[in-house]
Amino acid sequence: MSKKLRVATTSLAGCFGCHMSFLDIDERLLALLDLVEFDRSPINDIKHCGPCDIGIIEGGVCNAENVHVLHEFRRSCKILIAIGACAINGGLPAQRNHLDLSSCLTEVYLTEPGLAHGHIPNDPELPLPLDKVHPLHEVVKIDYFIPGCPPSGDAIWKFLTDLIAGKTPELGHGLIKYD
Amino acid sequence: MSDTFQLDGATVPFEPGQTVMQAALAAGHYIPHLCYHPEFKPHGSCKLCTVKVNGRTTASCTMPAEANLNVESNIEEMNALRRTLVQMLFAEGNHFCPSCEKSGNCMLQALGYDLEVHATGFRHLYPDRPLDASHPDILLDFNRCILCELCVRASSEVDGKNVFALAGRGITKHLIVNAESGLLKDTNIALSDKAMQVCPVGVILPKRVGFSQPVGVRRYDQRPISAQALDDAPRQTDASGNCEACEGSS
Repeated sequence: MSKKLRVATTSLAGCFGCHMSFLDIDERLLALLDLVEFDRSPINDIKHCGPCDIGIIEGGVCNAENVHVLHEFRRSCKILIAIGACAINGGLPAQRNHLDLSSCLTEVYLTEPGLAHGHIPNDPELPLPLDKVHPLHEVVKIDYFIPGCPPSGDAIWKFLTDLIAGKTPELGHGLIKYD
Repeated sequence: MSDTFQLDGATVPFEPGQTVMQAALAAGHYIPHLCYHPEFKPHGSCKLCTVKVNGRTTASCTMPAEANLNVESNIEEMNALRRTLVQMLFAEGNHFCPSCEKSGNCMLQALGYDLEVHATGFRHLYPDRPLDASHPDILLDFNRCILCELCVRASSEVDGKNVFALAGRGITKHLIVNAESGLLKDTNIALSDKAMQVCPVGVILPKRVGFSQPVGVRRYDQRPISAQALDDAPRQTDASGNCEACEGSS
């Protein structure tokens, strides 16, 4: 067996549903661990991404920190995979894209009662939101996409094993879905 | 004996007046399509059905069948073009499948699946298209409109009501409602209208239905659109003059 592939994963403007679905490959995770080892990932809590073969990113880009992390992944990973509806077309967070950002914040924090003591959160540690939510491929080059909200564990398994085997990943009927 | 043409190496018979699409579907050969509907006059706008006829690309839904044509449809060059068309349709509107009631029963989505489209690859336009929820029984979500004009054709040709039309040109082209107020509540559309049944995507929706079918039993969960389109296509009548497919679908 040659050297294990190094894999990093992260969630940007996502809900971690794709990561949960990733865990749905269940006992096949053990077979996967024969082939790969994990770099930065919520699975191990490593905070920064070192040189990797594959980066898997869930969620779109909705704030300045997302942009920063996405660039770190692109710099570090030979192959970058966008996983899930949000990474691919912005998904649910992008449904604010036809609205003005300040009117969204005003509606949530000022108009509606009971939130943030009547002001728009402005702690310097909070990453600034972008005016629009972007799919990953609008910010960096993305090599592969696994659609679904979330993609099923079977779809993720098929895609990754195709890729690791050096084949062009194909999902086919039943595994490819956008919802 | 009727004339024939070649489609991807198969011999396809046709009747005078049939288009390449009609003859192909009748003979059991699928050509991907969105704006074509067997009950309406061909529209030729979505271009998903583009094929190569004697080496030149053309829409098979409007191309009259002729003897000895050489038609290439299921080839990588055409499928790559279809993939790009589907991607552009997804990037042009607001197609958020997870929150769409039509998901699983949507032709655009099913074509994306069949063509193995994993992502749009284009910059999304995220247009601002307000809903029309004015009608007590029917919701219009313009975000998903692909301008196929099936509702326009159904409303004028079958329902005799002219409820819908397309307005504007180029990227500003959009679906409108024929009422002075522009609102659906001021038309005489009814739930039983043909226009309610033909939308291939999730624009025209009956209210209070929601996500009525669980994932797994929806139309395109079960079989890909390429298999189902043939079931729905009007077939040549058999010797006794019966056409099971036509009667079954009505």
